[in-house]
Formats: sequence, C-alpha cells, structure tokens
Amino acid sequence: MGKFLARRLLNHLVLVLLATSFAYLLAATNLDPRGYFEQMQPPPPPEAVDSRLDALNLNDRTPLAQRYATWLGGVVTGDFGRTIQGGDVASQMWLKAGVTLRLITVATLLGSALGVAVGAYAAVRQYGRFDKAATAVSFLVLSVPTVVIAIVVQVLAVTVNDGLGLQLLRYSGEYSAGFDGTWWELLGNRIHHAVLPTLVLAVALFASFARYQRNMMLDVLGADFVRTAMAKGLTRRRALFRHALRTALIPTTTYFTFTFGALVSGATFTEKIYGWHGMGAWLIDSIFRQDVHVVAAVSWFMAVTIMAASFLSDILHAWLDPRVRV
Amino acid sequence: MSTDTAETTGAAHADSTGRPPVLEVTDLAVTFPGRRGGPDVHAVRGVGYTVGRGEVLGIVGESGSGKSVSSMAAMGLLPEHTRITGSVRLHGEEILGLDDRAMARKRGRVISMVFQDPLSGLTPVYTVGDQLAEAVLVHDPTAPKAGARARAVELLELVGIPNAEQRYRSFPHEFSGGMRQRVMIAMAMANRPDVIICDEPTTALDVTIQAQILDLLRTARRETGAAIVLITHDLGVVAGFADRVLVMYAGRPVETGGVDDVYHRSRMPYTMGLLGAVPRMDPEHQGALVPIEGTPPSLSAPPPGCPFAPRCPIALPECDMVEPGLLAVGSQPRREEIRARGAGAAPSGVRDGGTGTQRAACIRSGEIAEQGWTAQDIYPVPDIPERSLSAVRREDRPEVLRVTDLVKHHPLMRGAVLKRRVGTVYAVDGIDFDIREGETLALVGESGCGKSSTLMEIMELGRPQRGSVSVMGRDTAVLGRAGRFRLRRDVQIVFQDPMSSLDPRMTVFDIIAEPLRTHGAPPADVTRRVYGLLGLVGLGTEHATRFPAEFSGGQRQRIGIARALAPEPGLLVLDEPVSALDVSVQAGVVNLLKGLQARLGLSYLFVSHDLSVVRYIADRVAVMYLGRIVEIGDTASVHARPAHPYTRALLSAVPIPDPERERARTHVVLEGDPPSPADPPSGCRFRTRCQKFATLSEPDRERCVSTEPRVEPTGGDHAVACHFARRRAGS
Repeated sequence: MGKFLARRLLNHLVLVLLATSFAYLLAATNLDPRGYFEQMQPPPPPEAVDSRLDALNLNDRTPLAQRYATWLGGVVTGDFGRTIQGGDVASQMWLKAGVTLRLITVATLLGSALGVAVGAYAAVRQYGRFDKAATAVSFLVLSVPTVVIAIVVQVLAVTVNDGLGLQLLRYSGEYSAGFDGTWWELLGNRIHHAVLPTLVLAVALFASFARYQRNMMLDVLGADFVRTAMAKGLTRRRALFRHALRTALIPTTTYFTFTFGALVSGATFTEKIYGWHGMGAWLIDSIFRQDVHVVAAVSWFMAVTIMAASFLSDILHAWLDPRVRV
Repeated sequence: MSTDTAETTGAAHADSTGRPPVLEVTDLAVTFPGRRGGPDVHAVRGVGYTVGRGEVLGIVGESGSGKSVSSMAAMGLLPEHTRITGSVRLHGEEILGLDDRAMARKRGRVISMVFQDPLSGLTPVYTVGDQLAEAVLVHDPTAPKAGARARAVELLELVGIPNAEQRYRSFPHEFSGGMRQRVMIAMAMANRPDVIICDEPTTALDVTIQAQILDLLRTARRETGAAIVLITHDLGVVAGFADRVLVMYAGRPVETGGVDDVYHRSRMPYTMGLLGAVPRMDPEHQGALVPIEGTPPSLSAPPPGCPFAPRCPIALPECDMVEPGLLAVGSQPRREEIRARGAGAAPSGVRDGGTGTQRAACIRSGEIAEQGWTAQDIYPVPDIPERSLSAVRREDRPEVLRVTDLVKHHPLMRGAVLKRRVGTVYAVDGIDFDIREGETLALVGESGCGKSSTLMEIMELGRPQRGSVSVMGRDTAVLGRAGRFRLRRDVQIVFQDPMSSLDPRMTVFDIIAEPLRTHGAPPADVTRRVYGLLGLVGLGTEHATRFPAEFSGGQRQRIGIARALAPEPGLLVLDEPVSALDVSVQAGVVNLLKGLQARLGLSYLFVSHDLSVVRYIADRVAVMYLGRIVEIGDTASVHARPAHPYTRALLSAVPIPDPERERARTHVVLEGDPPSPADPPSGCRFRTRCQKFATLSEPDRERCVSTEPRVEPTGGDHAVACHFARRRAGS
C-alpha cells in the first residue's frame, strides 16, 4: 500500500511538472510583456523596456529555452519569479490561494453534504414527490450557468436590502473596507461577506451531487446485501443507512475530492462577481496584464490542487473500499 | 379470501406429530401493483403451509412460481408498495402487517433467512466478523462488543471456517462463494432462530460445495432445532433433505405431502412432469427425458382454470373452468359438479398443507391414483432417432477434434499504475483428448477448473501457448487468415446464457441469417435455410420476424442452437447450454440436441458442471481438476466405476431425486475449496482434498506429493490420472 501510494505520488509530481512547463511555455510564447511596457504613457525608451524585461526574465529576445531554464531554476527553490509590476509572485499566490480556499472549502462541504442527503433520500423514494421535486430543482440548477445564478442572487440581495432598508446581505468584497474592531467582529464581518458567494457555489455543487448520489444509491438499493442486513434484523431505515449509503458513498467521495480540486479554478466567475480576489480572478487579470509568471504560477497551483485531490481520492477510496486495497 | 381460512388455521395448530407449528402460512397472496399503467402481477395466489420444530419443508418450483416471493413476504422483505393478504403466524402470533420496526425484531431472532447468491449477499465494505457481530448486537444492543465478537468467532468455527479468529477480520471478497454461504448460514443461526428459510442456498455453488453446505444446514438444524423451509428448483436437493414437500406452479401450491408420497406417488401432472424431466444418475432411469411443452402462464393475467391446463397432457374441458383447490387426493369435486357450477365460479379454497396427508390441485388426482399413472404414462415420450454410431467402431470414425498437450496460462498481474507480473494462473495445463465424428465428449469439473478456458482456446483456432489443436484433421497453428475463416464454419458454439448471447436489436431471422451471410451464402438460399433451421430446432416460421426479448429462455436457447447450426458445422461446442434453464424446459433442449446429433451426425463438445445431464447426453466424459484431466472415458464406465477419487466425490455429491435412495446413500464430502489455479499443489493436484490420500501409508503419500500422476488407461475406453486407482479396482 505504501509503495503503491509513493509510486502514485511520484507520478503526480511528474504530471505537475509537465502541466506547469506547458503552461509557462504557452504563456511565454503567446503573451506580450513587451507590448505592456511599450504602451505605457509616456512610452519608455526601448533600452529601459529591455532592461526591465531582462530584470523580470521576460525578454522575448532572450532564447525561450534560457528563460525557461531560469524560471524553472527558481520554481524548484520556491521562487515563482516576479509579477510584471515587480512584486513577488509566490507571496501573492499564497494570499490569493487563501482567499479561494476559504471560499470553496465551506461551499463544497455544504453543497456535497446537501446533495448527498437529497440524492440518497430521493433514491429511496424513487418516483415519489420528493424525488420528482429534487430532480426538477437539480436540472434547473444544472441548466443555468453559475454566472447567471451568481448575478441573480446578487440582484435578489440588492432587492432584499432595499426592501428592508438595511445591509442584511453583503454582496461585494471579502470584508468591509476600513472596518475595524475586535478579532471576532472582524471574523463576523468576513463571514457576513462570505454567505452569498458560498451559497452560490454550494447550490451549483448541490445539483450535481444530488444527481450523482441518487444514481449511486439506486444501484445499491436493490442489492442483496441490503436484504441480508434486513434479514438479520435491521430496520429498513437502518439497513439503508448503514449498508446501502455507506457503500454508495464510495464513488461520491472520489467525485468530491475531484470537484474540490477543480473548483480552485472553477470559482472564477463567482470570485469576479462578488469582488473576491482569489485565484481565478487573479488569473483573468494577469492574462490581460500579459503577466507570464502569474499565469504559470496559477497553472502550477491548479495542477497541484488537482493532483492533490486525485491523490487524496485514491487514499480515501482505499480507506473506504477494502476491495481496492492491494 | 376463502371461507376455509379460519377453520383450517384452527385445525392446523397441531400437526400429525402433535407438535405445535412454529410457522403457519395461510392463504398468502402477493400482488405487485403494475407501474405506470401496467397490469398487476399476481406473484403468489393462496399459499399455505406449516412447519414444526426441527422439521424440513421443501418448496419446489421453477422460476416465476412464486416460491421465493412467498417467503420474502413472510419475512417482511418485500417492497412497501406490494399488496400482501392472508396470514403468516409465528408461534401463533400474526406477523403479516406488522410495521417494519416490530418485524425487524423478529427477523434474524425468531425467523431468519439464507439467500441464493452468497457473492453479493454480504456488504463489501465491512469485515465478515463485524457483519456477524452486527446480527448479534442488533437484537441485544446492551450486549458488550467483546461478547458479540466472541460469539461471531464461535459461529465462524461452527460453520467450518478455518482460523476463525483471523478470518474474522477478512472482507467478503477474500472469501470463496462456499465460504461466504457459510457466513450467511452463520448469520442466520446467530440468534438461534426457530425458523430458517433457505432460498436456493446451493444453486450458485459447485456440486461439491453444495454437498458441504447441505451438510452444514443439517448441522444448523441440529444446533438450533429450528424448522427449515428449503426453497429450491432442484428436486434432488429436496429429496434427501426435506420431510415434506410443497410444489408450486404459477404462484399456486399444486401438490403437497410427505416427500416419499410426492416423489413416488405424484398425483399432479405438473409434479409428474417435473420428475420425468430431470436427468437421472441412477442406472435404471435412463429412458428419454420427458419435457413439459409450453411455458408457464403470465402472472398478470392468469387463466381462469387450472394454470397448468394449457401444458397438461391429460387436461379436460373442465380444467379450464375453475381453478382446482389443493385437496386431498380423491376428494376433488366430480366433473359434473364443476360443469354445474360453471365457469367463473369462486376458486375452491386452498387448504392448508400442514398435515402429512398428500394433497393435489388437480381434478383428476383421484383418477391418477387409481390408475397408478406415472410421467411416462401421461406425457408423450419424445421420439429420438437412434444414432447409427454403434455400427462403426470408434477408432474407425474420423477425428473431428484432437487436442494435444494444450496449455493456457494467464499472467497474474498486480498494481494499477506500474503493472507487474506476480504469478501465473495455470488455467489449462496440458490436456489431451479427441472427439470422433458423431459422438459427444463432456468436459466436467467445478468452476475454475479450466473448462471454459479450454473451450476458448479451441474456438480461437490459433496457435496455442503449447501443444496443438486440430479441427477436422487440420492443425490450427499453421492456418492463415483465410483458412481460419473457412474452418470457423466447421466449429460453432452455443453459449450458456440465452438472455445475453442474442443481440436484442436483431430479429430472429437476422440472427440466424448472419453466419450464413458472413460465409457468403446467396440471398435466396439464406431465406430458405433460415426457415429450415427454425423448423429444425422446433420453432415456427412466424417467429422469424420477432425479437429475442419476446421469447422464453428455452426458446432463446433454440435460437442460439439454430444460429450455431447455420453454417453446417461438424463440431458444436456447447458451453453449459442448459444450466440457465428450468428443468422442464431443459429436458426439451437436451432432447433437441440428441435428436439433432442423430439426424445431422454432429459431434459435440459439451461443457457442463451437471453430471446428471452429462450422463444423459454424453458418450464420453473427461473430468477436469485444476487445469488437468484426471479421468476420461466412456460415460457409462466412468459413472459406474469411477476410478479417480475426485470423480467419485463429484458423482457422490450429486443428489438423486429419489428420497429413499438419497437417504440411504453415503456422500463423500470433499473438504474445503479447490486450491488456487495460480498455486497448484505439488505432485498430484488433488491430494490436498483427496479422501484416499488420507488413508495412504507414508511412502505412498510421498509419491503423491512428489510425482504428478499421468493419465493412464485402466482397460477399455477409460483412463485415469491417479497412482492408486488400480488398487481400488482390485479391491
């Protein structure tokens, strides 16, 4: 088991390296940092642009291989280079990552828990009223893009606030600018701001989890082992909970970890709309700024999260399902 | 509901032996409401029986007869939307209609159940021991965990799991099918219930494992003193095990009584037909099998009269008027009375079958008893043309298939990312046999012995890993693409599962025409040949335009046979062709195969685990164990004088549908499961389970351990791979 996981981990490291290198090479050949500087007002002299680009390791007159080698040498030591404005990429990245992780951790936990509960219950009551309602809601949510949901929720929040005449729902930023107080007041303020974007993400996740869990549950509902559990003397409810749901949760767990990994980049729209300066928003902004190193760094981070999620899902799968243990 | 109910339940409180019944089922009816406008399915209509302490009731019936559904209803395991009426009393207390919570307290403690498929019956994510302990804890939540654990280990020991203490922590997938069924039985015994319902407990198991499990059920009965309801389609299993039998057909009990009465003096044509359709191992029952024509009626719209009347050879017009009640033999209303009451009269009440007297649901039961009719008297005995084989000596007939030293090894891989080879599965490990024109060779053995691998290697028509295969005298290793394609016409296969081996989106015509078109038959010929083939396998031209889903299992298997016959092969490979079919249907297909062989001069390679079918259809038999042939020879000789201990154990494990004989037999019960084909024992592969090995002296044993016996002739057409085979022949 340990050897198996070590091999997996090594495999993942290679994949992360490949993904990040491709991202860097793509960004370095397609983005145009020179243009960014040349369009400055007033236009700086070409020598100044060149020396600035050289300092940032962004000069397109330096051979690509050399730039790549310099960049890679930095990455290995934890230095992701400089942003186009000269800031340190690594330190900014951890900041942005913190914002995104705060947002999506709660949202995935909430969305998946709700989705699993609704999906499992809908399966038990297949074709019943609850099942039909849950199916209708899930498909409605699935067919509407998250952007639309985010904006609709925002509009509704404005309406509610206007109707009540007070700032009940916050829909912009991570915290109120210039707000000051004790640490729990600061925390309360942050939570207050997090409610709506978390809700938006959770709703979108809930729908897919509900559908997925419903199908998984339907597969095991008629299983012989559920019947065996009942024949032993378990009530139907207990047999379903202890034996059917436990088994049906295994594939959902792997799905969950993958969703979490994918959401690091998937929350972009919600971050943008709610004014959260997270990973996704940063990526979009840096592409417009022709910022090669940030694009590569964000790609690295996403690759790492997805690989970590996949690694975690392997471990979880092996832990939950004795059949796959080697 | 019948008016007799109250009176019969009262009377049935004490059975013939004076013991109060533990479980009493009266007039039980189960209906599954039709979904989305579909018709209701009346799965069980008026079943009644009682069982007392330590008694075994066998419930026999074919698929769809309602035998499992009725016991699931008694356990409260059917889905909530099912409509159940009648009465189920446990120690006199009505349990039908109890809510799930109250019923759960009874399940597993007073009444427990063993199911058919042990492979899927245990939750894959919990250890075997925890699942056993749960059965204890659920009825006694205050019990200490350690106590439940100790009880679980004790139960595992009781059902014969070696190293119970360690195996407690094993997961179900680490157990073989037989071991899982032992765990299921342990679970059913855990709280010393008063009734154990066994629903086809051995159907999914090999015959040697079946013998072990039946032994174990005897132990369970002795240990718990429980009443046992044994549900099965296998008439042999019931014969040696049950005290009384209830035969079901189309959701109704049609005959009940003591096991000897029902088997030796059947009074219901269906029971007679069932018994006549079973191929027998005992030498004096070697006549043609008597198939029951037709198929069981639809359960959503059962006919008004006797449900068996459409298939019954002695049906009268009165049979279609009213459904006969289950009454003592001879006490059925007379034909005139039935006519006077007219069609559509209320069905006669189904009396409880609790007493030992024999009852049958047939208006002619009295007549059958008086005349002493048997299946051969009332069923038309099929006319199977004799083969002209005996005229030519075996050695003079041309060879259709010769397999020499055939080997098929699979690598055993481990690891998901970087696969590595950790061993070899010796699936087929050097076997030799030949098939001459017009004869049938049966390949028998337990699952995993390499039967199917052998078939696939032959069907491949390629170069085997070692050894050679030659079909129609041509060595397959040297064939080119075109030659192989041409040779494919000569070897065709019929698969085990008729449900999945036919393309559901093709019409029967296209299915049978496909091999013809592939081999380039002209279109005009195709139509003529397809209709000809349909007639040959007993189907009509009107069936040609239908889809496989519209046919029953037996009919589909006939379609499969027609497809295989289309390119006019010389050799037909039959991979368990009847094991998925009900007994009454199986007889028809077996007879068809025999008839086709006689008419077309075909050779068969017949793979089966069912030795009684083999006995009936095969000229020669080869017994396989762990990739090797251990005994081969003339069927009559092998069955009458089995020389290899394994063959003897296999033959002894097959139950005979004859209660007296079955009770008198002593079974050789093999210990444990077959070793893994990836790690066969040294020397003789069978020695680890051999009953003879145990009796040998030390130097003799040494020989078994060190030297692998070769297949050596013992005289006549009979050869065996055992160092000490001759010693038995001499004694």
